[in-house]
Amino acid sequence: MSLSVQLRHSFGSFTIDIGFEAPKGITVLFGRSGSGKTTIVEAVAGLLTPESGRIALDGNVLLDTQNGRNLPPNKRGLGYIFQEGRLFPHLTVRQNLLYGGFFARGSGTAPKLDHVVELLGIEALLERRPAALSGGEKQRVAIGRALLAKPRLVLADEPLAALDEARKSEILPYFERLRDEVSVPILYVSHSAAEVARLATTVIALQDGRVVSQGPAIEVLSDPMVTPAGVRAAGAVLEARVTAQHADGLTELDAGGQSLFLPRVDRKVGTRLRVRIAAQDVILSRAAPHGLSALNVLPAEVEQMRPGDGPGTLVSLKTPAGTVLARITQRSASNLGLSPGQACFAVLKSVAVAPQDVG
Amino acid sequence: MDWLSPEEWTAVALSLRVAVWATLLSLPFGIFVAYALARWQFAGRQIVNGLVHLPLILPPVVTGYLLLLTFGTQGPVGGALAEFGIVFAFRWTGAALAAAVMAFPLMVRAIRLSIEAVDPKLEEAAATLGASKIWVFCTITLPLILPGVLAGAILAFAKAMGEFGATITFVANIPGQTQTIPSAIYAFLQVPGGESSAMRLVIISVILAMGALLASEVLARRISRRVSGT
Repeated sequence: MSLSVQLRHSFGSFTIDIGFEAPKGITVLFGRSGSGKTTIVEAVAGLLTPESGRIALDGNVLLDTQNGRNLPPNKRGLGYIFQEGRLFPHLTVRQNLLYGGFFARGSGTAPKLDHVVELLGIEALLERRPAALSGGEKQRVAIGRALLAKPRLVLADEPLAALDEARKSEILPYFERLRDEVSVPILYVSHSAAEVARLATTVIALQDGRVVSQGPAIEVLSDPMVTPAGVRAAGAVLEARVTAQHADGLTELDAGGQSLFLPRVDRKVGTRLRVRIAAQDVILSRAAPHGLSALNVLPAEVEQMRPGDGPGTLVSLKTPAGTVLARITQRSASNLGLSPGQACFAVLKSVAVAPQDVG
Repeated sequence: MDWLSPEEWTAVALSLRVAVWATLLSLPFGIFVAYALARWQFAGRQIVNGLVHLPLILPPVVTGYLLLLTFGTQGPVGGALAEFGIVFAFRWTGAALAAAVMAFPLMVRAIRLSIEAVDPKLEEAAATLGASKIWVFCTITLPLILPGVLAGAILAFAKAMGEFGATITFVANIPGQTQTIPSAIYAFLQVPGGESSAMRLVIISVILAMGALLASEVLARRISRRVSGT
């Protein structure tokens, strides 16, 4: 299953003109607020009709303005997870969950209620009404309701944005399980680099209504030319494997043969995971550093440098662990004589990696 | 009901019948018009809104006279309906029509307010889950506006029970046919010695009105507790 989207739409002077393919797995529309993400999702859902465009799910055309085809939302086979949950207040959690299945008789794959309830850990909530649920619980029910509608396409519009950090880390694992268990494409809107790093199979980076880059998550996030959420949020993603849990509270990971030490990650030895290294937490050194408190030192080679508008510059570095981004000042870059091809060392403090950046 | 004379009792029973039919038959139209005014943008929306509210601001006698012109046996609509055996003039059905027309603005106002309070985003969510427009209305909108529908219906019922001016102009004051409680009170007050009959009907009016109001309060509270889920 794969979703292809081509659309053009204007609001006053702001124009969205984009095209992308979303394969199986989670495709994240990544960009700042105002970059057109929600408009795109609403157009895919049929809640908004773009001025022109074509949206198709494999051979099934949902919208084609040239042929005048425009399926209403209820005929598109969706599971839409909204930012604010939008649970029906007059129905119990169980009735909310079963709502979509009632209309989707016979179409799509049909997960069992029991299975979804267990996946999301909401057994105890079934007879309650939405008003009696916490924010995190509401969002889990909203996810379940979307899955049980037997969707051919799941849409999630900033489903974690309204939650605090603790609730976010409670819900994120469910999306990871979803990505790995569900066979339909999931189109996920986010402006959070940490969410993108953990969840995305594919990233569509949006800026001012245009696609500035699209491709596998690790490639797009390690490209210094693409910073849809701003340079402050820039950061590359490394793929790693847990190799040891140390008694002093550190977890040792292996990334491309390099050891990384991070604050305790509660995963079994052998687990594969992604680590997001924020560009502003990386220090560069020409010589191999000695007498330094930072535990992680990676031998690196400068690939690309992108000077910013201000005093900073974003440097991409090839390391054995994968591509790492570093945000340093232009003054430091010239003091160190950095240029593409230059060998150096990337230094990372273990404690700089927050729990939500690992998963 | 020994304490009511047969004539008084007839007026009470007729009033109840007129008010119940007027309320029940106008309710689907009331919900439809309220929904259209609240949610649809169409040409002539303000004109429809004005027409609905007209009976509220016109003198009731004028409304009654317009009904007589339109729905009387000589009138354009009344004449056509008479062909099918449906007659309003000087019948209890005419009293119900007059009551329904006079009560309609109150009903539509209450229902419209409750529809405007429903978050359209919930209806969108239902649509994305596969519900067609009619299903969205039946499973989401209607349950959520139920307290408002009930309030509108009770208000309309109370107004229909008390309607006087348009009724007496349109269908006159015929005992057993069109003499509702207000018309009967008026008639009793025109004859010497009728004060005690009038007083008994006044008391019944007060009891029925208060009863309707209390019942709606209790029901509305119960429904809104269920709807809001607290």
